Amino acid sequence: MPPLPRDYYGFFGFDRKLAIDSAALQKRFYELSRQWHPDRFGRKSAEEQEMALEATSILNDGYRTLKDPVKRAEYLLTQDGFPIAEQRGKDVPPELLEEVFELNMMLEEVKSGDESARPQLEQSRQHFLGLREGVDRELLREFQRHDESVEASPTSKQALQEIRGLLNRRRYIENLIRDVERALNPVTPSRPAPG
Amino acid sequence: MSTFQIDFGEARRSKVVGIDLGTTNSLVAYMDLTGPEIIADSEGRRIVPSVVSLTTDGNLVAGEPARELLLTSPERTVYSVKRLMGKGADDVKDEVKLFPFRIDPESTGVIKLKLGDRTLTPPEISAAVLKQLKENAETALDAVVEQAVITVPAYFNDAQRQATKDAGRLAGLEVLRLVNEPTAASLAYGLDKRQDGVIAVYDFGGGTFDISILRLHDGIFEVLATNGDTHLGGDDIDNLLLRIALEDLASEWKTDLSTDAEGVQRLRRAVIRAKEELSFVPETKLAFDYKGQHYQRALDRAIFERLIAPIVERTLEPCRACLKDAAHTPEQIDEVVMVGGSTRIPLVRAAVERLFKSKPHTELNPDEVVALGAAVQAGILSGDVEDKLLLDVTPLSLGIETMGGVVSKLIHRNSTIPASATEQFTTAVDGQRNVLIHVLQGERELVKDCRSLARFDLKEIAPMPAGFARIDVRLLIDANGILNVTARDARTGKEQSVEVKPSYGLTEDQVEAMIRESIEKGEEDLRERQVREARVEADNILAATEKAQRSDAWNDLSEPERQDVESAKRGLIAAYHGSDHRVINEKLEALNQATHTLAENMMNTAVRGALRGTKID
Repeated sequence: MPPLPRDYYGFFGFDRKLAIDSAALQKRFYELSRQWHPDRFGRKSAEEQEMALEATSILNDGYRTLKDPVKRAEYLLTQDGFPIAEQRGKDVPPELLEEVFELNMMLEEVKSGDESARPQLEQSRQHFLGLREGVDRELLREFQRHDESVEASPTSKQALQEIRGLLNRRRYIENLIRDVERALNPVTPSRPAPG
Repeated sequence: MSTFQIDFGEARRSKVVGIDLGTTNSLVAYMDLTGPEIIADSEGRRIVPSVVSLTTDGNLVAGEPARELLLTSPERTVYSVKRLMGKGADDVKDEVKLFPFRIDPESTGVIKLKLGDRTLTPPEISAAVLKQLKENAETALDAVVEQAVITVPAYFNDAQRQATKDAGRLAGLEVLRLVNEPTAASLAYGLDKRQDGVIAVYDFGGGTFDISILRLHDGIFEVLATNGDTHLGGDDIDNLLLRIALEDLASEWKTDLSTDAEGVQRLRRAVIRAKEELSFVPETKLAFDYKGQHYQRALDRAIFERLIAPIVERTLEPCRACLKDAAHTPEQIDEVVMVGGSTRIPLVRAAVERLFKSKPHTELNPDEVVALGAAVQAGILSGDVEDKLLLDVTPLSLGIETMGGVVSKLIHRNSTIPASATEQFTTAVDGQRNVLIHVLQGERELVKDCRSLARFDLKEIAPMPAGFARIDVRLLIDANGILNVTARDARTGKEQSVEVKPSYGLTEDQVEAMIRESIEKGEEDLRERQVREARVEADNILAATEKAQRSDAWNDLSEPERQDVESAKRGLIAAYHGSDHRVINEKLEALNQATHTLAENMMNTAVRGALRGTKID
């Protein structure tokens, strides 16, 4: 048997594009599951079972990555030499500086028990959700630009730089939303540790 | 039929059964040509109570006989042991108050339970139930059964799954797959008849609660999300009613029955009977006679429902969380399937109907549907069922301990399994040879709030300056939901040795030792049986010899011949009470030889007598 492709795009047999049709992806996932799932190898040799386990873990990890546009982009960028993790700075994007400053003050107020800041906080949650949507729209545009340039020249890394910038901005906004939501609904450990 | 003609193709195709190893009851099922069937025992009982008892002659019995012994020798009998699987003694302090578990105070790591004079771990006790099911299946199918699919609650963690797998091995079963109970149930329901759809499986059993949401597509059962509570079930309702009845009884009888193990068990039965009746009739009587005293209370459904409402409510929170994780609204759920005995309770059905806004399926027997599904999965694994495939998820996030007691999540809950994650580790000190990795399961941020699974010791790292080693550690959750860890040196690609130290499970060595012990026990049993058989034979030949000595044939022997017989007889009698069947058999053979002429004489006498027409005897 040929060695298993470890690259998610290769495993799914998809072109290295950033826009992926989710219905086609799901269909391919089901097909490959039927081919590789360990349940299909119940009567096979230990080696084949081992191979099935390996293949299915790549398949499942790949499906999880490819079906989420952000994870998919991060994956492709990292593979193409634009790793995200190292860019994950705490630096505030300059255009958000003022808003973040205000937000931190509000968070402090709510934390110290001042409930009057709540409605404002809810407003900024909506604001940041809107910002995130904007980034997502821009991302999709850039995905398309990237895919077109790859079609023209497969080694083209055009647009990747922009996409990385957008992903970092998105991640930053995501963290802000998380902080706001935590302040709005303080985490009550509703359930004990499992087990 | 010769035992030695083994066709290996056939041997591999020995029967694979599906087992529902439940908190209260267990069942075994098999996939035949017409579909999955529950296997009954020789007396036609389809359910094996998950009760195990140590008899006074030192044997473990399981099922109905053990359930009877629960009344007469409660201190040697245990039930609901599933609640203790994969647990440490500290975890179950609350359980111990409600269940008559006698935990060995010296339990470290794995819990040890006292049954009479023996201490046993939960997997050993569960193995007794599995052995009973295996035996029932072997008798009914007239075949060797060495492979099984066993179901577990979807929300079981790694340690609980591993403990279940260990129980299978201890019972002499190769566990081909652990399958989640709600997913198994969905297989049995035949809902794949519909081409596409999203279903919810609400599984409220004796001791555990699970909710799973699945997408069905052309024979593929894809679990989108699962949630649950491994400490919530019909047991909790029983305990609640029992506690109330005990208090009420104490004020009426002026005695505290709660310290009387037999009394508590009998009252528990009465309470369960009343609970079950209230699912079918609007009111019933809780009646209890014990040691000449009589207690009776009327109980109607309205009161019952008021009492149990908080317990039923506790199942709804996991349902909402599961919907959220599956990114579905209740309206988007096409069908809801009910599983587990507790879903017979009308209040439970009403609550589910209200939450999902549709009438749940209750067509299949909620006690049997999980075992039937396990049999379908057994069919899938043996290649007999080709049109169905189950894609399940891990119920809990998996992570490793990082600086400051924080858990870094590597595999998130509801990831389709098999799933993996790789993380690189290095050393902190020059020449460091070991790296210890602490793996945890759970959704919380801090180590203290998650469930410790195991510590993995990466050993024999080549000595290097601090921070130079690069070790890729791969965590892989397999199709059983069980964690496997491998490590390799990222520079050389060389496999790195990993020693597993489970936090609450048996180590591989311990399981091996238990299997060895059970084989030794088996050998002991075999030896005993051989001795018993030899003695039976000795009885026969001694009786025959004595009879011959009273006949004329005896007088026809020479004096030395008679002395030979007498001495061989004495030899056998002396060996008779020994414990070595080989010695008994040897003396048997000697007596056989010595009585050879005597037997011939007897024959001749018989022939002569027959010729003379007189009856010899």
